Amino acid sequence: MDLSAINPVVLTASLMVAATPILLAALGELVVEKSGVLNLGVEGMMITGAICGFATAVETGSPTLGFLAAMAGGAALSMVFGVLTQFLMSNQVATGLALTLFGLGLSALLGQGYVGVKPPATDRLDLGPLADIPVLGRILFSHDLVVYVSLALVAGIWAVLRFTRAGLILRAVGENHDAAHALGYKVVRIRLMAIAFGGAMAGLGGAYLSLVRVPQWTEGMTAGAGWIALAIVVFASWRAGRVLLGAYLFGGVVVLQLNLQAAGVAVPVELLSASPYLVTILVLVVMSADRGRAALNAPACLGRVFHASS
Amino acid sequence: MIRLEKRPAPSRAWGVAAPLLAVTLTMAAGAGLFALLGTDPLAAIRTIFWDPLFNEQFASYSRPQLLVKAGPLILIAIGLSLGFRAGVWNIGAEGQYIMGAVAGAGVALAFYPLEAWFIFPLMVIAGGLGGWAWAMIPAILKTRFRTNEILVSLLLVYVAEQVLASMSLGLMRNPEGGGFPGSRNLQQYPAAANPERIAGTGMHWGVVTALIAVIATYVLLHRHMLGFQIRLAGQSPRAARFAGVDPNRLVVICLGTSGALAGLAGLFEVAGPAGQVSIDFNVGYGFTAIIVAFLGRLHPVGILLAGLLMALTYIGGELAQFMLGLPAAAIQAFQGMLLFFLLGVDVLSNFRIRLGRREVA
Repeated sequence: MDLSAINPVVLTASLMVAATPILLAALGELVVEKSGVLNLGVEGMMITGAICGFATAVETGSPTLGFLAAMAGGAALSMVFGVLTQFLMSNQVATGLALTLFGLGLSALLGQGYVGVKPPATDRLDLGPLADIPVLGRILFSHDLVVYVSLALVAGIWAVLRFTRAGLILRAVGENHDAAHALGYKVVRIRLMAIAFGGAMAGLGGAYLSLVRVPQWTEGMTAGAGWIALAIVVFASWRAGRVLLGAYLFGGVVVLQLNLQAAGVAVPVELLSASPYLVTILVLVVMSADRGRAALNAPACLGRVFHASS
Repeated sequence: MIRLEKRPAPSRAWGVAAPLLAVTLTMAAGAGLFALLGTDPLAAIRTIFWDPLFNEQFASYSRPQLLVKAGPLILIAIGLSLGFRAGVWNIGAEGQYIMGAVAGAGVALAFYPLEAWFIFPLMVIAGGLGGWAWAMIPAILKTRFRTNEILVSLLLVYVAEQVLASMSLGLMRNPEGGGFPGSRNLQQYPAAANPERIAGTGMHWGVVTALIAVIATYVLLHRHMLGFQIRLAGQSPRAARFAGVDPNRLVVICLGTSGALAGLAGLFEVAGPAGQVSIDFNVGYGFTAIIVAFLGRLHPVGILLAGLLMALTYIGGELAQFMLGLPAAAIQAFQGMLLFFLLGVDVLSNFRIRLGRREVA
């Protein structure tokens, strides 16, 4: 066992990379849930985004096009959920599950020719001398664009939800769809837009997994990341800033357990591999045990079906 | 303009017709999918739905497989349907299935090589308890801390997979297996094996248990107070509370029952068709059973039929893979599509379609 091999600076930098897919997916789901829709299909949209992005990047040689294709793929799949839940008024829990099951199958189908292929490398953003600052440079200024985009999105979503009219309307639809409808807001249209945004974000997160974090395509490679993103939204009690905290906490656990495995700590490998899931459950329990907070922040119409005539 | 008008009560006729329509639509969409993959769509549909049952060359092998595959699907789906009816969402049946198999196989391996009549019954009890205990984790967290049972039960699937890996590489590894992962083969240990009871039918104890579960659930839901409470809690949680139904009790009962049944399914699989605890002995029955439960409209008889149909797509899918080179993932996507269509056509049983001008609502 050699714990000295674990470098805290590298650890922190790789923590940010490990957390980014989940951060992106959780931010998307946050917006969806704020509009009063519970989309349990995050896992399916992520893995679909992962293969759409991977295939496009391999075929075109451009990771940027790959990320865009992943967003398009995730959003397209999310529209299946949108049409079913918003127009055909199906049960959101069941439809979300269907989305995950279908997404896993579809992605395996699309990805048949891509197992073992190496994707084009995603360049780090060149920040010039900033990256040469000791410690901070490695942690903060040596990532690719998507990491910075994800951080900007945290601030952006927080600001939009808190300070803008659009954010207020979105929250109104999520808190009381009947009142929002009575005020003349198009509940279904607003929710569809939120669902598409959530799908695009999940797709982007998935592509980050297959193009940067791993980088490779294997069937079922998201391995529950979408579900953890859902858990992080609950953990964050529907606040953008806390989503960042939750995702980085989770990223930290993942990176740390990988490092401990590599260092050969005298703990069973299986226990270390299961630790991210166990920590997520533990955190969920702690959050939900606090009766007031969790219940207060959940959008009041979360998961409820809206029909204009009722 | 097409308008939807809510029915005062769900249509019974559409309740039966909707799954059939969904299956038809899925076949049509599936044919399109197979055509895109460069397979002759009609040949693919025939290979999946017709050949396993009626083709002279394959039917003798495929027909028994129908019950072998339908057994666990029905057993798990029956348990899930109770919870889904009550609004308790156990989607971690895959994990409970694994833990049931590990617990049951553990009993068998502990007694190896003793030959005694009581080993198999003990394994059955251990299998049920293993699945039950794994499902009690989300149940207790839900009742004590109001933790979301959907997320906890699902996350525990990944934990169960790690337990399975640990067992097949460590504690339960076959000492005579030459270092390969995986336990002793229980099929070769008569006291613990779960063989075919009637030759050529595929009927093993798991299938028998599934049939018993179908009947018991039918009686429970339609003739018993608890079944009434489960249905009431799902349709109107508020009314159920006024009627004195304890929601926590329902959570524990629904999760416990579905966990125990999933555990039993895992045990019968590991002692029978699978034969041994190995890293990838689970093949996703716990997730497919969710589709089975919805396709069967959460009704025991419906689940029985849906389980058989879903088993057919598994067998036909393998056959199509073998005969036509259709990728295995295509069947997985096909099964997922079925659930989409099913949820989509459900609108017809809850709403009436009206054609006419839309008024200002």
